[in-house]
Amino acid sequence: MLEIPLGSKSGIESCMNSYITRRLLGMVPTLILISMIIFVVIQLPPGDIVTSTLDRMQAQGVEVSAEQIQNLRAQYNLDQPMVLQYLSWIGNFVTGDMGYSYLFSRPVNELVWERLGYTLLITVSALLFTWAVAVPAGVYSAVRQYSVGDYVLTTVMLMGLATPSFLLALVAMYIGYEWFGISIGGLFSPEYRDVPWSLARVGDFLSHLWIPMVVVGLGGTASTMRILRANLLDELNKPYVVTARAKGVKPIKLLIKYPLRIAINPFISTIGLLLPALISGEAIVSIVLGLPTTGPALIEALINQDMYLAGSFLMLLSILTVVGMLLSDLLLAWADPRIRYE
Amino acid sequence: MSELAADFQVEAVSPRQLAWIRFKRHRLAMLSGGFLIFIYLMAALCEFITPYGTDTRNVQAINAPPMSVHFFDKAGEFHLRPFVYGYDMHINADTWMRDYVENPEKRYPIYFLAKGERYEFWNLFYSDIHLFTTKEGYLHLFGTDQLGRDLFSRVFYGARVSLSIGILGVALTLFLGVLLGGLAGYIGGLVDRVVQRVIEVLQSLPTLPLWMALSAALPVSWSSLGIYFGITIILSLFGWPALARQVRGKFLALREEDFVMSARLLGAGRMRVIFKHMLPSFNSHIIATATLAVPGMILGETALSFLGIGLRPPVVSWGVLMQQAQNYQVIVLTPWLLLPGLFVVLTVMAFNLLGDGLRDAVDPYSTAGQG
Amino acid sequence: MGEQKIAEDNVLAIRDLAVEFKTDIGMTYAVRDVSFSVPRGKVTAVVGESGSGKSVTANCIMRLIQPPGKIVSGSIDFSPTRTDGYDIVSLSNKDPRLFDLRGDLMSMVFQEPMTALSPVYTVGNQVAEAILCHRDVSEAEAWQEAVDMLTRVGIDDVSRRIHQYPFEFSGGMRQRVVIAMALVCNPELLICDEPTTALDVTIQAEILTLIRDLQQELKNSVLFITHDLGVVAQLADQVVVMYQGRVLEIGTVRQVLKDPLHPYTRGLLAAIPGLAQKGERLETISSVVGDADLETPYPLTQMADGRQVSLSPDLLREAGHE
Repeated sequence: MLEIPLGSKSGIESCMNSYITRRLLGMVPTLILISMIIFVVIQLPPGDIVTSTLDRMQAQGVEVSAEQIQNLRAQYNLDQPMVLQYLSWIGNFVTGDMGYSYLFSRPVNELVWERLGYTLLITVSALLFTWAVAVPAGVYSAVRQYSVGDYVLTTVMLMGLATPSFLLALVAMYIGYEWFGISIGGLFSPEYRDVPWSLARVGDFLSHLWIPMVVVGLGGTASTMRILRANLLDELNKPYVVTARAKGVKPIKLLIKYPLRIAINPFISTIGLLLPALISGEAIVSIVLGLPTTGPALIEALINQDMYLAGSFLMLLSILTVVGMLLSDLLLAWADPRIRYE
Repeated sequence: MSELAADFQVEAVSPRQLAWIRFKRHRLAMLSGGFLIFIYLMAALCEFITPYGTDTRNVQAINAPPMSVHFFDKAGEFHLRPFVYGYDMHINADTWMRDYVENPEKRYPIYFLAKGERYEFWNLFYSDIHLFTTKEGYLHLFGTDQLGRDLFSRVFYGARVSLSIGILGVALTLFLGVLLGGLAGYIGGLVDRVVQRVIEVLQSLPTLPLWMALSAALPVSWSSLGIYFGITIILSLFGWPALARQVRGKFLALREEDFVMSARLLGAGRMRVIFKHMLPSFNSHIIATATLAVPGMILGETALSFLGIGLRPPVVSWGVLMQQAQNYQVIVLTPWLLLPGLFVVLTVMAFNLLGDGLRDAVDPYSTAGQG
Repeated sequence: MGEQKIAEDNVLAIRDLAVEFKTDIGMTYAVRDVSFSVPRGKVTAVVGESGSGKSVTANCIMRLIQPPGKIVSGSIDFSPTRTDGYDIVSLSNKDPRLFDLRGDLMSMVFQEPMTALSPVYTVGNQVAEAILCHRDVSEAEAWQEAVDMLTRVGIDDVSRRIHQYPFEFSGGMRQRVVIAMALVCNPELLICDEPTTALDVTIQAEILTLIRDLQQELKNSVLFITHDLGVVAQLADQVVVMYQGRVLEIGTVRQVLKDPLHPYTRGLLAAIPGLAQKGERLETISSVVGDADLETPYPLTQMADGRQVSLSPDLLREAGHE
């Protein structure tokens, strides 16, 4: 605790570097465990691709010989033990081959990236929306504790917390239709749906983006605001704030530089917990609003037991979450010097 | 000190009484508790409270809007017995949908504790006494769905399923969380590391997609009851880590406490130390946390059923009811189908407020509710 | 000595100060009818047990009382040499003079060095900020002044340590940083609120010596809040004794420590371990005070030798007041 012999600037950097390395290495076993869980989950449904393919073929009156079945099973590695199946699946995944989706009759690689991109875009913008609303609201609520504004904000946020995101999406659709006479849904207007990217298309996209952004973001706003409010209330009367006030620091600067700066630290670590919730919310909101993201494709893949597609989506969404948590931890370490030195 | 005691009436209260005193100061939490008791009671007695069963169809009222209860008839005359007006149905020439208007000629009085549809209460006995119903005509306080089924009745039958999944799921979560968190915190070492790693992994998974994957894996051939328990287990599977983490932290701290050490020195076995000495010292915290975990379960069931991969008809739950309101045409034309959502919101809010109140009440250092 | 003469010499004159705190059971007075002055260039000590209102009084002087606390009456006349004097209590919350007062004309050293600094900024940042708040200087100049001040309070290897965070410093070192931060603008009045209570005994002595040396060097006035009469004897010129939010006795350090007039002050002195006879039980305050009345707020009376005391008429007569 006492005298840690550390060079000023380079000390911080080397600390940060070793922290990043440690965290990156820690991610590997987590990801391996996640991939195992996902593999088990997608193996759970009774039957597999071959049996469901056969069902469809037989329903169409196609006769399938035992030899053909055997060939099909071999093609999907289904004749091998579970462990080998897992290894070949994860091996291919790591090298960028995600298999073939029979549902869309295309390689999974071609299907996922665009959808994942939209998911990422909606999730990140929802996160930014959450912050843009929750931070000022939380600060106001804490500084004006027990005021009318505090009660109003807390009530609105509680309602946001209690409303399932799909209901919010439904209500948004209803309001959009009843009040503005527009049908909300999709990420593009019909005329821009299948044309190449242009400035006009970007504008059209942005005008559609804000609804899923608000709907997905609102759910997380409540909890985020409450966390910030509680943190800030804890910090507001700490001795270091009094010291700074006694130094003559002006009120607004005092609030931002001292209590808020500390209250934001545990708040940063909640991004990590917020992300799984946001991705979940994004999935269901996209299904309701019919957005071309991972959610609707995932549920279709799950219902049709398109194992490669579903597995890839689950894996990619999990990686997204894990990387998001890592980023929030790094952000925290950057923001709070006490953590880098641990 | 003697003067002090004379000046102030110092009463000795147990921690439980103290918590109750603090809880009573939390008006909203008290109100929420009352609301929850009420709605659970309604759900428990839903056969008696609702005028119709879940599958009773009224072909005269398909997609009909909620009826309003009247005391004054069209002549302005007051009736002590409330009544509703029957519908007149027209086909709208523009939308080809049914339009309903109240017809003041069809006056259906509401009778309380009257005979109505026959039902089997909790698989125990048959009865036909309903809290309220009409003798002639029909009564649809929340309107009807596209098959002409009474939404009011279905909401309360749905409450029974949705609310019980919340409690059952949390009970299972509690069991897993306390068991695994307790083992990790009490034994430590390798067990602790394994449990911690599993917690970390489960918490970094996007919950809903995994719930979706697991519930899609439930065989279609399963019975309604099987699916019901399957969904409950799936919901708990990702709910326990948060609780286990908390329990583990508590156990780690308590392990070093003197009273635990003395119990161990007196020769108490491991299970006895855990269940007789450690758990009681923070079970009130566990209750508060469990209360705050119920909303997640209810919202999870609702979301899954809404997507069509959770509970399936003929089972009625709030999520299943919401499933009818999938696209915006339905919402615009029959917005009352969103009413089950209102019940979800109110229940979840009540659980959150109650949980907050409980948490503040059992925390000896809390200052909430003061000032 | 006449009262007029004392008033001219004072950097601070507190008159009839009262502070209320709103609690669950109603309003509670933290401080009532407190009046005393702080002579310029001298060390004034305020002594009293916990809850005697000494810290609340100190916080009032810098207007640091936050809700649920509130100054309900009284005045604090501040007469700095650099600018015109004013009543601190009557300043509005946004008055620019309030921000000149905090940190520039006056500053404060707090009890808890472990928590008095923000953990997320370097020591240099927090010391230089005190300068940047009040002087129109560049950041580099402010940091240079911070380095000079930190060197003066006895921090070694300043050029390296100035870039370190508070958690890399020991308690004593942090208190030196806080003192540097308080003195960097050369305030006319330094308030020390039990600056050594949270420190080890050996460190306490070092910090006290530092404060005394710096006071003699900079010639500023010091208001020293403490419950430790040993510290009072070491540092103070004038002593104010407080009990339950009231002032009981004011006098020079010699008057109060050698010949206390108030039974409560005598009780405080008797309770110091070093003064009791070897082998005897330590006196408690209540055994010395006996049945003397501590509850009735008698007015402060000026005695012939210049000191002031709050006593019942009977005891006043006994003390030789006519």
